[in-house]
Amino acid sequence: MSLLHIAIVIPFTYTILVPFLRKYIRQAHTGWFVLPVPVSLFFVVVSYVDDIRGGEAIEYSLPWIPSMDVHFTVYADGLSMLFALLITGIGALVVLYSIFYLSKLTEAIHRFYVYLLMFMGAMLGVVLSDNLIVLYGFWELTSISSFLLIAFWYKREKSRYGAQKSMLITMFGGFAMLAGFVLLYLMSGTFSIREIIAKLDLVSSHALFLPTMILVLLGAFTKSAQFPFHIWLPDAMEAPTPVSAYLHSATMVKAGIYLVARLTPIFGGSAEWFWFISGIGLITLIWGSISAVKQTDLKAILAFSTISQLGLIMSLIGLGSAAIYYGYSGQSEYYTLAMTAAVFHLINHATFKGALFMVAGIVDHETGTRDIRKLGGLASLMPITFTCALIGSLSMAGLPPFNGFLSKEMFFTGMLRAAEMDVFSMDTWGVLFPVIAWIASVFTFIYSFIFVFRTFTGKKKLDQLTTIPHEAPLGMLLSPAVLVSLVIIFGLFPDILSFSLIEPALSAIYPSIMAAGDRFHVQIAFWHGLTMELIMTIGVVIIGGALFLALRRWIGWYGRIPRKLALNALYDGGLTGIERLSSRVTRSYMTGSVRDYLVYIFGFMILVVGFLLLRTGALDFIGHGSYANITLYEALLAGVTMMAAIAALFARDRLILIILVGSVGYMATLFFVLFRAPDLALTQMIVETVSVSLFLLCFYHLPKLKKEMSTTYFRLGNLLISIGVGLVVMITALCASGARLFDSIADYYVANSHDLGGGNNVVNVILVDFRGFDTMLEITVLGIASLGIYAMIKLRSDMLSPLGRQPVGRSYPSTSLRRKRDED
Amino acid sequence: MKINDVIFQTAAKFVTFIIFTFSFFIFMAGHNAPGGGFIGGLMGAGALVLVTLAFGMKLVRAVLPVNYRILTAVGLMIATLTGIGSFVFDVPFLSHTFGYYDLPILGETELATATIFDLGVYLTVIGITMSIILTIGEDE
Repeated sequence: MSLLHIAIVIPFTYTILVPFLRKYIRQAHTGWFVLPVPVSLFFVVVSYVDDIRGGEAIEYSLPWIPSMDVHFTVYADGLSMLFALLITGIGALVVLYSIFYLSKLTEAIHRFYVYLLMFMGAMLGVVLSDNLIVLYGFWELTSISSFLLIAFWYKREKSRYGAQKSMLITMFGGFAMLAGFVLLYLMSGTFSIREIIAKLDLVSSHALFLPTMILVLLGAFTKSAQFPFHIWLPDAMEAPTPVSAYLHSATMVKAGIYLVARLTPIFGGSAEWFWFISGIGLITLIWGSISAVKQTDLKAILAFSTISQLGLIMSLIGLGSAAIYYGYSGQSEYYTLAMTAAVFHLINHATFKGALFMVAGIVDHETGTRDIRKLGGLASLMPITFTCALIGSLSMAGLPPFNGFLSKEMFFTGMLRAAEMDVFSMDTWGVLFPVIAWIASVFTFIYSFIFVFRTFTGKKKLDQLTTIPHEAPLGMLLSPAVLVSLVIIFGLFPDILSFSLIEPALSAIYPSIMAAGDRFHVQIAFWHGLTMELIMTIGVVIIGGALFLALRRWIGWYGRIPRKLALNALYDGGLTGIERLSSRVTRSYMTGSVRDYLVYIFGFMILVVGFLLLRTGALDFIGHGSYANITLYEALLAGVTMMAAIAALFARDRLILIILVGSVGYMATLFFVLFRAPDLALTQMIVETVSVSLFLLCFYHLPKLKKEMSTTYFRLGNLLISIGVGLVVMITALCASGARLFDSIADYYVANSHDLGGGNNVVNVILVDFRGFDTMLEITVLGIASLGIYAMIKLRSDMLSPLGRQPVGRSYPSTSLRRKRDED
Repeated sequence: MKINDVIFQTAAKFVTFIIFTFSFFIFMAGHNAPGGGFIGGLMGAGALVLVTLAFGMKLVRAVLPVNYRILTAVGLMIATLTGIGSFVFDVPFLSHTFGYYDLPILGETELATATIFDLGVYLTVIGITMSIILTIGEDE
């Protein structure tokens, strides 16, 4: 256990406390007790920044499942540190903000903080794990906590819809990614990212290289809301705004970007990786920015803007991966700039987008709406909020002197340099890159302006609001204020970032193109002279400004384009289709008749065991072993058992039937006694007793046993199955005792139960000690079964509507059973 | 079924306690003689079923207001915590140990961690059996 391990575990452990804090200390907002967690974690992470500055990494390993090469290895290099700082830093601000956003009186804030802490721990786990399987576990945990947070107001239908959508899409990607990880393991023989990078030639020459890449990228693209999987992010905006600011703009959606950057040393340098990432990234960039312009909900604008910006970062990472192709040379240095821009913009995006989300939350909180058609002229009422929004938006639009300007310039530089590339058939297509980037930037400019000016300037429309807006409380303004001051600080002094965070992150992404002992030198400056990039920016401002002013003239054109909802319709249609299909399939065999289920079970048993007996030649063993002689007692017992069993078939009365079946069981008890197995005999006897009394207890509820009107065909089926089961069991028993290929494990237990287990009763020592794990899981299964029975019986009547037998909602087997019984 | 209740009820009053004591005995004896948590638990449940048959569910519910689902959970919790307890001593999950101690009255006695685990099994089995039987039995 190292400090970093503890840092990952602490948020999870702290969740245990949260409900109690909420329950017993109601005067104070629970958020105040949660706040110390991200704050202290932030300082823990900061304390490591100095250690990794030169491109070194910290690694602590904790064996977890060594036999399967799964270790809880914490690996912190520049890239991990950068993300860990974002997670804890933004996390602290978001918790602070949420204290004022969520009322302690009306909201279930304990749930909120439990999920939020769970997310924080999981996200730290994602970025700090070196082991792919551990990373995957934390990855899915972030999806789950995101699901829970989107559905925080679960009584709203849209929240549930959004939560389900995000869950289905990100989990789909997650499973694909898991498959990709397993393939990586098959190729390299290890789950450790470090070791895979060390064995790179095994992976890159393998036939499965491309499928693996696609599977892993599916995971990254779904998580980072890349086209066409972006559709979940706008619906995720149903979450409380602090969550949108935290998960759905600053951290979780960047997990995909983290993964792509983290795996760039493995896949980077290949043409497919380059094209997939930069291509999808660019499509997402332009699609997101164009879609954002037509939104009328503040959070929807930000959602599409986030999609677009994620696409921007993604495309830059794709371009940056080309540097690996060039290896350690002067040219590679030239192309690493795209990656520098990606890392820099990632930080910038977290700052300004986090601030903007918080602003949107404040507007929503104070006015009661997020619809820009109802908003306007808030600048004089909420001056501080307006200032934050203005700075954030201008940074997002890429204007000086804010950090967004710097990274936007670098983005243009990266795209222009990409156009000069002569590999990956970029010499023909490369020219498109700067063009797309430029068009997307124009739209980015427009929606940034829409966001701030449609809300805060223009005519006041107070009559459309339910409350009179006024400035938010100081505490609520604190977090966005901190973020926008970072926007300005990073804008004016970008090199405080480049030395401490960007350079180490780059050396983590490019381990191969660095000479030993050397490190990246990143210099970010405002003024490069009148370069192409500057001309592009000026063009963006002029064209974007003109289009913004003329917005009303052309916004109607969106109505003519086929709706972007086409993708959503595909999702919705696919979902209902799958649901219908699966319920049809399920209904075809879940008939609610116990007899049918027994047929499945026994039929399966006959087929599988019978096939195995025939196939493996087990039948040859019959008669080989020495069978004990049959004594008189055994013959008598067997005779009685058979008589009772046969008599049960002809019983006309249920009481007699119960007694007959019971006596078969008691005969089995006597067999155990005869074979000197007291434990088994005791158990068998008590089980029989309990089940007979169970029968007696529900005796009255059972329908009268009557001669069933069954066809010969039906009875023949029963006969065949019974004979089949009997034969298979008997043959198995004969084969098993005929063959003794190995020494029985029983000898070990008999010899060691006293010395190792401290008990003389071998059976019991096996149950609780040698195979205690089995017992534990068995009682767990039994416990679940008993809860299932309870739920099926007790909750069943609630599902029937008061009017009659028509079940409300879907018909579950238990209801159909009930109806069957009622009809009897 | 209200015919011979008097004899049945009178007998049940005594027999239940005998069965219950025996079930506890069998649970404790389990480590060295036939028995153990599973059998003991089933037997205990059998005793409870006997009273239930004799006096009806309403009365038993009133006299013994035990929520058997919670009993199941408690049992499972004990069993799981025994397993987790191994971590404190830096050994794999669910490792057991035992020792011989000189206790007052009892003399030299073997104490085994397996017994704690078995207690979990015992409670779980009673909980499961009773909750299944009562749920089915109470169903209208």
